[in-house]
Amino acid sequence: MSNTKQNTNNDKVEITPDLKLFIDEWKDKPGNLIMVLHRVQETYGYIPRSITFDVAALLEVPLAKIYGVLTFYNFFKTEKPGRNIIQVCMGTACYLRGGDDIMEELEKQLGIGVNGTTKDNEFSLEAVRCLGCCGLAPVVVINGDVHGKISSNDVAGLLKTYREKESVTA
Amino acid sequence: MAFKNYLLVCGGTACDSSKGIELTDELRKEIDAAGLKDDVQIVRTGCLGFCEKGPIVKVLPEDTFYVSVKPEDAKELVQEHLVKGRIVDRLLYNHEQGKSLVTVEGIDFYQKQFRIVLRNCGVIDPDKIDDYIARDGYAGLEKALFEMTPEQVIDEVSRSGLRGRGGAGFPTGKKWSFAAAQPKGEKYMVCNADEGDPGAYMDRSTLEGDPHSVLEAMAIAGYAIGASKGYIYIRAEYPLAIRRLETAIEAAREYGLLGEKILNSDFDFDIELRLGAGAFVCGEETALLASIEGNRGMPRPRPPFPAVKGLWDKPTVINNVETLANIPVIISKGADWFNKIGTADTRGTKVFALTGKVNNTGLIEVPMGTTLREIIFEIGGGIKDGREFKAAQTGGPSGGIIPREFLDTPIDFGSLSKIGSIMGSGGLIVMDDTDCIIDIAKFYLEFTVDESCGKCSPCRIGGRKLQNYLSRISDGRGQLKDIENMQKISEAMTRASLCGLGQTASNPVQSSLKYFMDEYLEHINDRKCRAGKCKKLITYTITDKCIGCTVCTRHCPVAAITGTVKEKHVINQARCIKCGICYEKCKFDAITRS
Repeated sequence: MSNTKQNTNNDKVEITPDLKLFIDEWKDKPGNLIMVLHRVQETYGYIPRSITFDVAALLEVPLAKIYGVLTFYNFFKTEKPGRNIIQVCMGTACYLRGGDDIMEELEKQLGIGVNGTTKDNEFSLEAVRCLGCCGLAPVVVINGDVHGKISSNDVAGLLKTYREKESVTA
Repeated sequence: MAFKNYLLVCGGTACDSSKGIELTDELRKEIDAAGLKDDVQIVRTGCLGFCEKGPIVKVLPEDTFYVSVKPEDAKELVQEHLVKGRIVDRLLYNHEQGKSLVTVEGIDFYQKQFRIVLRNCGVIDPDKIDDYIARDGYAGLEKALFEMTPEQVIDEVSRSGLRGRGGAGFPTGKKWSFAAAQPKGEKYMVCNADEGDPGAYMDRSTLEGDPHSVLEAMAIAGYAIGASKGYIYIRAEYPLAIRRLETAIEAAREYGLLGEKILNSDFDFDIELRLGAGAFVCGEETALLASIEGNRGMPRPRPPFPAVKGLWDKPTVINNVETLANIPVIISKGADWFNKIGTADTRGTKVFALTGKVNNTGLIEVPMGTTLREIIFEIGGGIKDGREFKAAQTGGPSGGIIPREFLDTPIDFGSLSKIGSIMGSGGLIVMDDTDCIIDIAKFYLEFTVDESCGKCSPCRIGGRKLQNYLSRISDGRGQLKDIENMQKISEAMTRASLCGLGQTASNPVQSSLKYFMDEYLEHINDRKCRAGKCKKLITYTITDKCIGCTVCTRHCPVAAITGTVKEKHVINQARCIKCGICYEKCKFDAITRS
């Protein structure tokens, strides 16, 4: 997809004091790695490469193990997402009620594919597993707001609304 | 309890998403404005189940049941109902049909339901431990600790006939007794809340609506098997459930219901949350344990079973949320009470997430033995838009597709497996005649292929092969021998896969081949998709009925339709992307789909 931006995950990111504290707290608990990765993603919106080095050093686990775990789970992102994160539910109920049409329309209008981010960093597009509000199918979640029972015709309006919103709270 | 009225506002995810939070704020504002602050209490409850008509507001003590309440309705509701004591007719169920129903009595959706697991959902404020205790909460734990030995607890659960609600239906009492029989020492109690089936949200609703029931059950189980530590493994995608659990755990610790010396007994038990990270396979118990240990969530061969060698190689019991939610009731009311509900094969109830092409989608709980027809046509209110029922699917990607001839089968673990499906965790998806069976099977295979952990080859390779065959058939390139190959691969996957994911991944294929062979043959021999879903098999053509109104030309997204005004138009088949917009837009039925 031509509009998708290039890999940007080589930036050096500083570890925040909060995160460091969290890692110290969890350091001696067994099975801490996934919980720590969750906190990293909560802090930065994704898992920056440079932070994985810090985590490896602080937890004293090999970097290979961290990447093994991190790439196994869908939830963890290794790329910085756009300003607005669009998640299209691909659960069965949403699929039956036209979720794939919504996805197609979004791909067309944004000019990116699933897991892509637009060049202007405005939107990221994700397909997600069942969100558990099947009564509202098909469902699209943008920055955590659930939009239910939408059709392809609503897509342009939704994108406009979010493009115009100045800042978003994470 | 000095309040005159209580407003129960549904705080489930679906209602919250339909402006339930704004509604609550508006109601609060209006109540303050009307000076009723000391007379009316707003309670944000868990899911009331009727997600189709959310947000839902129930007014006590009258039990008035308002549906689809919007924030702008708050003023009228408060002024009319609470101030003047007049029911707001236009917000009642069935108002459009002129047959308004004031209370849940009479609403088909709630008839035939029987709530054990969801007993407190929509009744209490899930963030208030006192609400739970007022409804006999923690009475089961108290009874277990002071009136029963661990053996008696296990015996009671065994006699109740409770089977695991996570999907496989293993007797819960038996599982507990295996772990209890292991030598004393470190043991673990784990709650599986990694609800990954697409189209299923029973566990989420239980945790959001009644978190304490699961905590209480885990403590009871811990006492029974001799564990002092519990973990709840929950999907990170369920933030509301996580938050409510955290609040509940804190409150239970404060009340001495978790932690050291529970209720001043000698029993210690505490619970920690562990977050999943989006891997369907982690619903499998050995994969789940690997994930709690901080590793890639990959299953391992059993035996040894987790009850012998589980978390950190210690004896571990893993129970699903719904299974656990039954436990406090079984202990406090007794096995004999529980035994009267359900069928001989499976005691108790089952919670289903009823979704798809059905009028009333939502969360329901019915006694085992209820038929699909009762669920879909009575509780569910029949098929959407008056279309025809085609099939139902239970058990998500691991389940089978059930055709109409089995609508009257009483549902329990045994009967569903006999007809080639499984109970699964409780997703129940209804399909109508516009859904293509091959397309559905393909959808599920795409899911399992994506979620296969890749450890064993039958699942990794077999799944991909099945998916390829299905794509081929759906694209109109299928061959007769594909069917035979699919059957062979399916069988191999069932027999040779390491875990439940691979063993059941072919169920959608096997069951659809069994009951909908004619549709497969149609796709292969006639290159035809009767539901009109398989896009490569459809052609749209404009007939002589066309009067040249140009509506289709204007709506076609790829400019594939040409023609002059008042003359018959033509579709350029090479350009057509088969989106079907022209077919829907034509007012003269001049476009055919074949």
